[in-house]
Amino acid sequence: MRMLNLQRYLKRLQCKRISAYFLPGDVMLLAIGVLGVFYLFQLLWSTEHATKVQIRLADKIYATYSLKLQREVHVPGKLGDTVINIANGKARFAQSPCQGQYCVHQAWLSLAGQAAICLPNQVSLELLGENKPYDSLNY
Amino acid sequence: MKITQIQTTVEDHHIAKLAAIAIALHMVEAVIPSPIPGVKPGLANIVTLYVLYEYGFAATAWVSILRVFASSLLLGQFLSPTFALSLSGAVLSLAALWLAQHLPKKWFGPITLSILAAFAHIGGQLLLVRLWLIPHAGVAYLIPVFATAALGFGLMNGIITAKLISNKQKKSV
Repeated sequence: MRMLNLQRYLKRLQCKRISAYFLPGDVMLLAIGVLGVFYLFQLLWSTEHATKVQIRLADKIYATYSLKLQREVHVPGKLGDTVINIANGKARFAQSPCQGQYCVHQAWLSLAGQAAICLPNQVSLELLGENKPYDSLNY
Repeated sequence: MKITQIQTTVEDHHIAKLAAIAIALHMVEAVIPSPIPGVKPGLANIVTLYVLYEYGFAATAWVSILRVFASSLLLGQFLSPTFALSLSGAVLSLAALWLAQHLPKKWFGPITLSILAAFAHIGGQLLLVRLWLIPHAGVAYLIPVFATAALGFGLMNGIITAKLISNKQKKSV
């Protein structure tokens, strides 16, 4: 009895192909969606190398440095000093007084638009490319 | 002693039943681990969409909002950021459905509505994250990942809903 039911169920599943559920508008929207997602990847996941790093402390911009010059920055956060290294076009959290150490584990960042955030100490860094307009960063 | 009894209609019972199914799906989803935090299939939206087709927009809004409140109470997330995210997603996707239900039925089916609702859902959540939880431009980096998930799961849920509706129609004929 069980088997019979299962067979009937499977038959019912097969009776309509998945394509039968798509109306012309659905296909159109799906195509637009796929293109849109590709565009988003292109737009937001740039592979452009960054030229500057912007460091934020709480809700203020703490400093902006060029990535070309080697530097060690000490940022006085809520919990203590966060140490940020800049060298060879890259930047990283080298030391942080926070619990999770997520920011430190992000290691070296080098592409424009990449960012590392340390929420406990309220310090963040974002890499800026040549093309990125300054204004869009302010919220 | 006087016992006050709340008068309920058949419609109320339908809404309660459907909301219960949506809550159950939400619970199932809550225990499935996700490879990327925040990316979930949104199975409860299948119910939302099904209700829109079978009972109209008002019932949909009820089911969706009831689901958000009841699920957050059950999971112990009421009034937490998770709850706020869930609510903002639900409200925005309801808004999208409200607009999209006027699209010509001949051309646009449940798959369209599902994808639009999924995008609105993630749009509402990302907006809230950006404005309130993580006010930082770095959030933009995550948008493509979430958009891909919205498209994929929106499509999947749409196909499931289309199937449910066509099964129902077959049965009633």
